[in-house]
Amino acid sequence: MAADVHNKKVAWETQNGSLAPVGKLRAERSDSPTPGLVEGTEPGAGQDDAMFVHTRSFEDLTADGEEGEDTDPSGPASGLGTPLGDREQPEAEPVGPEEEQAPEAPAGGRAEEEDVTSEAWRGRRKHVFVLSEAGKPIYSRYGTEEALSSTMGVMMALVSFVEAGKNVIRSIHADGYKVVFLRKSPLVLVGVAHTRQSERELTRELLYIYYQIVSLLTLTQLNHIFQRKQNYDLRRLLAGSEHLTDNLLKLLDRDPGLLLCAVSCLPLPSSTRDVISSSLQAAKSKSLVFSILLAGNQLVTLVRKKDQYLHHMDLHLLFNLVGSSSSFREGEGWTPICLPKFNTAGFFHAHISYLEPASDLCLILVSTDREDFFNLSDCKQRFLERLRRRSAYPALQEATRSPSYPVSQVGIPELRHFVYKSKSSGLYTSPELPAPYQTEEEQERLMGLYQYLHSRVHHTTRPLRSIYHCGERENLLAWVTSGFELYLCFSPLGTKAQAVMAINKLLKWIRKEEDRLFILSPQTY
Amino acid sequence: TMTERKESKRRKESSAHTPAERRTLRVKMVLLGSSGVGKSSLAFRFSKEEFSSTVPTVGCAYMTHLVCLHDATLRFEIWDTAGQEKYHSVTPLYYRGAQAALVVYDITKRESFMRAQLWLRELERQYVPGETVVALVGNKGDLSDLRQVMLQEGQTLAENKGLLFTETSAKSGSKVSELLMTIAHRIRQSTTPESTLEEWKDSCVDLHSPETQRKQGTCCMAELH
Ligand SMILES: Nc1nc2c(ncn2[C@@H]2O[C@H](COP(=O)(O)OP(=O)(O)OP(=O)(O)O)[C@@H](O)[C@H]2O)c(=O)[nH]1
Ligand SMILES: [Mg+2]
Repeated sequence: MAADVHNKKVAWETQNGSLAPVGKLRAERSDSPTPGLVEGTEPGAGQDDAMFVHTRSFEDLTADGEEGEDTDPSGPASGLGTPLGDREQPEAEPVGPEEEQAPEAPAGGRAEEEDVTSEAWRGRRKHVFVLSEAGKPIYSRYGTEEALSSTMGVMMALVSFVEAGKNVIRSIHADGYKVVFLRKSPLVLVGVAHTRQSERELTRELLYIYYQIVSLLTLTQLNHIFQRKQNYDLRRLLAGSEHLTDNLLKLLDRDPGLLLCAVSCLPLPSSTRDVISSSLQAAKSKSLVFSILLAGNQLVTLVRKKDQYLHHMDLHLLFNLVGSSSSFREGEGWTPICLPKFNTAGFFHAHISYLEPASDLCLILVSTDREDFFNLSDCKQRFLERLRRRSAYPALQEATRSPSYPVSQVGIPELRHFVYKSKSSGLYTSPELPAPYQTEEEQERLMGLYQYLHSRVHHTTRPLRSIYHCGERENLLAWVTSGFELYLCFSPLGTKAQAVMAINKLLKWIRKEEDRLFILSPQTY
Repeated sequence: TMTERKESKRRKESSAHTPAERRTLRVKMVLLGSSGVGKSSLAFRFSKEEFSSTVPTVGCAYMTHLVCLHDATLRFEIWDTAGQEKYHSVTPLYYRGAQAALVVYDITKRESFMRAQLWLRELERQYVPGETVVALVGNKGDLSDLRQVMLQEGQTLAENKGLLFTETSAKSGSKVSELLMTIAHRIRQSTTPESTLEEWKDSCVDLHSPETQRKQGTCCMAELH
């Protein structure tokens, strides 16, 4: 196994730029719609330092996947794409609230109908393939890699063919499908989707998959393996972890947090949360870097070493690891894990355990020392001891029984659902999904709509401040300022005027509830 | 009879009327073997007397289990390692200093038997023979229709190397507690506990008041069979 993090002194300094460039505020793109509501003062903004790496914006995050190149789809790739039928139409869009009519259905709709007649395999919304640079299959979302190895071979041939001409394939648009390539040496990732997502968003999803693999092996080890043996079969090392990637892809389709680069918190009275945070803070150990308490896929609290920040992506990878492995329910887990946005070269060692066997509350203690198991186990005991002494545990348990809230609490009748992200804290809040969106398909459809709006407001060349989308089954509004991002879903009977009015009412409500919905005073050891 | 006790009750008892009569000694035990041979299922059986579906272990799972012998209580500290190849390089962390090692294979998979032999060789390099109680375990005995490794093969290998040997089924429970008891007795016999086994002091915390709901596995397995 590659070196542990603590062996690499560099890790603590500037690796990956993940040690929070805190002061660096992003150039503001537009004025806030609510006067006085700028980044750092929006509802949900933390009082002190942020907990996370200051992700300046979605743009920063995706730049990583794009290796600093331009993302113009009419670049070298579309030379290849056009003959196959490029359907992305450049549209001129006004900045500001903008209306769309329902059956606009770009790309996706038609392809879906066509696919009814084709094999189920081809009909899947999104395929993901991972291969080595030698063209060896490593992962396929559907079907076995063996069955697909010839397909992967073709993809690799395509990639190398274009690269030989000093071009890089980014994407191919054909027949309602987008084929997106992400080359992160020594791996090549390919996404084939007929969703409404932009190429950029698909690339970001591939990037997640890439980091998922790195988190198991470290980039150092990956490079080492392929330097020694170019046609190494990486499936040997990834065996038994495919479900992590499967699950991550599911999260990407369903969890707004991965879309927004944000994390949601378990609603909890702030007094209770403070007790939990300080108990966790007190249960420290020299090697501890992060102490994270989760309730399902929500954050209860996070305590970090001073000057060390966790990146959302790394936290989502931890969520995914815990969420897709029931093995931590038995006893205490102790595993090496690389947090790639922190440092791709080394392993941390995570002590993972549930507070009680049947509970949703899971404690993750991230350490730099692989010999430190018993110390961390002891930290957990001390944490529990404090919780018990200060009688915070019943309140915490109570909160896990209602991990979300109905949208009706907000008091806006037409409002069905929303997602609100405070940019400075990197936290978001969202009510439980109401009746029409409770099936998996409907949940993914709603997420698809949010993804679509997200890609529109974050368009590379024509970003929008807001967008109103009228559909047959619901109307949506997205609103982005320097301080927050807000996506709302209304009943189809509501009007645009009502929707715009709802924003202020909702912001007021979130402000009133922010103590409960967000972590306002993050702790360090 | 099987006595299922609540953990807190066990603790109270141990603190209430212990010190003189009963000592609790720590035994580090590691489970090694290919992925999917049933290490976690066995570990689960040791402590819960149940078989439930498992997923591949990530890294390593640590759990404890008490075994009561006539003159002492052994607190097995079980390191259930992951068989996946990517975790092999951290495995020495877990078998280092272990008083007991279970090398497990799946009787329906010859490859896992080969792998078990590699683990044995790795262990031999680490240990002075006799210091660690090593058991070779052929698991999934309930699937004898699919058997690829003959009982005889396991037996012979174990005899040659002077190891304990048994075939178990984590699924049916067959021979699982016997295995643990045999190891417990062997450890008691072959070591001078005073010098090699540390005494264990209880310092655990209960989330709730003393009357916790949490159930712990069964103690006193010696009385079980
Ligand atoms: N029929 C049968 N199946 C078993 C037995 N023991 C385990 N299994 C099954 O074998 C599979 C793997 O069992 P695990 O206990 O997770 O295997 P493991 O050795 O811990 O695997 P890793 O954690 O990946 O190293 C599971 O589906 C178990 O249900 C057994 O005695 N009989
Ligand atoms: Mg296991």
